[in-house]
Amino acid sequence: MSAPSLHILYFAWLRERLGLGEECLMLPEGVDTVGTLIAWLRGRDDRYGAIFADGRVVRCAVNQEFAGPDTPLAAGDEVAFFPPVTGG
Amino acid sequence: MARVVVQEAAFDLGAEFAALTAGRRDIGGIGAFVGTVRELSGGQRLEAMTLEHYPAMTAASLSHIAAEAERRWDLLGCTLIHRIGRLEPGAPIVLVLAAAAHRDAALAATGFLIDWLKTRAPFWKKECFADGDAHWVEARAEDDAAAARWSEPG
Repeated sequence: MSAPSLHILYFAWLRERLGLGEECLMLPEGVDTVGTLIAWLRGRDDRYGAIFADGRVVRCAVNQEFAGPDTPLAAGDEVAFFPPVTGG
Repeated sequence: MARVVVQEAAFDLGAEFAALTAGRRDIGGIGAFVGTVRELSGGQRLEAMTLEHYPAMTAASLSHIAAEAERRWDLLGCTLIHRIGRLEPGAPIVLVLAAAAHRDAALAATGFLIDWLKTRAPFWKKECFADGDAHWVEARAEDDAAAARWSEPG
């Protein structure tokens, strides 16, 4: 059986600030929503702490649909973090 | 069915108009919006703009926005084209066409489509200036307010 993992994508200034466009992560223990994932990432190191700092507006999509802090996460999900959109 | 395209290349407004209306005798009006790159940004002269998007989500998001317009108005066709990559001042960025039997629906749907696209489709603009300065465009409260005009009561 393959290990439970999340595919995480970062866009725009989040990607540049992290120096990373995507990563795969073993689903950490206790992480079962977008909110708990953000809290876990924040504790990882200063770069994550900075992009998810209070006052920073970061949007999220789970499996290509807009999501909020309470959106549940499961192994195999694609989670994307990005700033408010500015197309058009 | 809406025509939804994300592309680097420029679009041809005339060709898109012709494709939308070819062989149709039921259309009474077509609303059109073309967004272009404005040179002046916050008093600075823009050298170019780079548009990034979330490929796996973009087309679905645009189709969803078009479907919502089709649910709200009796459209006889609509076209949404958004460019990505590097674009210089004056270049077209986005095309919205909405066809209906009457102008009210065509014009309203055109406004709705661009307002929702600006606040819901996963695109991000980065502005690059001649002096080497570059920054990501921040979302504007005015765009949220424009999109909120279309929220349905209840």
